[in-house]
Amino acid sequence: MEVNRATVEAAGPQGAAKRDPGRGLRRRRLMTAWLFMLPLLVVNVLVILGPSVATVYYSFTEWSGIGPAEFVGLQNYRDIVVDGDFWSALIHNLIWTVIFLTVPIGMGLLGAFLLSQITRYQMVFRILYFIPYIMASVVNAALWKNILDPARGIGSALATVGFPYLEGVSFFGSERLALPAVAFVDNWHWWGFVVLLFLTALQSVDKELYEAARMDGANRWQQFINVTIPGIRATLVFVVLMTIIGSLLVFDYIYIITRGGPAGASEVVSTLMYKEAFARFEAGYAAALGLGMTFVSGLIIVVFLYLRRRGWEI
Amino acid sequence: MSTMMRGRRQRREPSKIPYYIILVLLALFAIGPLVILVFNSLKTNAEIGRNPLGPPHSPVFENFPTAWSQGHFATTLINSTILTTGTVVGVCIIAGTAAYAMARLNLPGTDAVLLYLFVASALPFQLFLVPLFFLWSTLQLTNTLFGLIVIYWAIFSPFATLLLRSYLVALPPGFEDAARIDGASELQVLTRVVLPLSWPGFLTIALVSGLGAWNEFFFAITFIQDENLKPVTTSFLAFQSSFSRDWGLTSAASIIIILPVVVLFLGLQRRFINGLTAGGLKG
Repeated sequence: MEVNRATVEAAGPQGAAKRDPGRGLRRRRLMTAWLFMLPLLVVNVLVILGPSVATVYYSFTEWSGIGPAEFVGLQNYRDIVVDGDFWSALIHNLIWTVIFLTVPIGMGLLGAFLLSQITRYQMVFRILYFIPYIMASVVNAALWKNILDPARGIGSALATVGFPYLEGVSFFGSERLALPAVAFVDNWHWWGFVVLLFLTALQSVDKELYEAARMDGANRWQQFINVTIPGIRATLVFVVLMTIIGSLLVFDYIYIITRGGPAGASEVVSTLMYKEAFARFEAGYAAALGLGMTFVSGLIIVVFLYLRRRGWEI
Repeated sequence: MSTMMRGRRQRREPSKIPYYIILVLLALFAIGPLVILVFNSLKTNAEIGRNPLGPPHSPVFENFPTAWSQGHFATTLINSTILTTGTVVGVCIIAGTAAYAMARLNLPGTDAVLLYLFVASALPFQLFLVPLFFLWSTLQLTNTLFGLIVIYWAIFSPFATLLLRSYLVALPPGFEDAARIDGASELQVLTRVVLPLSWPGFLTIALVSGLGAWNEFFFAITFIQDENLKPVTTSFLAFQSSFSRDWGLTSAASIIIILPVVVLFLGLQRRFINGLTAGGLKG
């Protein structure tokens, strides 16, 4: 680094002197800059921006997904409001949000706090907690389908050691259990990542604050509430915000494990939208659902930024 | 004297044993299912019937060659490799040139581009999926690996550009100026000076986007229906539903899919963890 700084200082004045040799060179540099931006902009406009704008248009049309679209004004949005499937899916999203605001964040805080208190084997635990996060969702789903199998899974294994209550329970096949069971699998893959997010934040908390709290006679719980939580507030708020938005948009694990079933018991708005677009060929309606979801998640971010600007400590 | 010291120290520092007990329980929760997966891949289907979760009594390896041929891994692993390599190379070029333009070439309107990138990396697929599918059908890019790679370029490069830009901004510009004085073109400056200095940043975005492409499910299942073009993820989903009772086979197939990722992760875990936690919360 020392060498680098010396080079900067040596090259600095010379560079400045040479850097203003005329407008031609500056214009060429500007051209180069935009040329270098071009691949990013082209790909982004083609895949994300263009289709996103098109979604706004298609959400006002009756469209099968191929061929011409017929303009119908606000009809799709009126249909959404009276669509029972939509409301039941939205309630599942809310249940999902509650689960993910509590379980993985609680486990993440616990794991990160404990890891921050130890030094030996910390790296081993970090690696072990992180491995489910890097595994493909299809593999994680298959893995848990086997372990939670009603006939040959953990329920029957527990029955042989005198705990018969889970025997024969079909976690993914029951209307009552399907949604929490899928959330359990998704959480298994997710919580270790939350641990590491919190741990990174915790490691920047001043160690002397803990020492001072201990001097004042604070027990572990008081240290956690009064030192840890305020020290990682920014990360905590970020995780909460992303959890809310992520829960609104959740798709993968539900689609892979239950496809929204049985009988719509684990249907969320994203799986409903996917069905409308690719199974029922109601692409205009699906576009309206997609735009609605994006609008709501954008609204959550805007409200958050507004509250922060108003001086809320979040 | 020394016992007294130790006694005092123990009283002041509470024991860490309860911490370790909880940490080990959490580790068992994270890794236990993986251990069961490995066990089951080494059992015959008959043994899984008797002993679904425990270690194998006499390990067999025949599940692996069977899963390899029944799961068409010779084809799907190549597809996934093409997708991952294409994504990584493309994202490095797209994000590398864009980040360099923003960090070094005094691109006008950099702030606006940055804002757009933040928004673009937060836009959910629900917003652009339906028209994108229509557009890709029209351009005949559905059922092509290239069409899927272009989608991956678009969804992985905003984050990669932001990360690389912050990396480049922190690098001292002296070497580049020196190279320019020696008459190097901007492309030469980028490939000969900036690239060798900023390879850790490139490695991070390569790992993050490579992992994303290898594991990606949603766009793969939507845009690729042709069996011969499916990557390992979506092909495994079909394999698993047709062999759902044969846990030995599906477990062996699962291990074939996750092995490259886990090995790479164990080798480069610090960079993986830092890159993914910096990348925020996608996936």
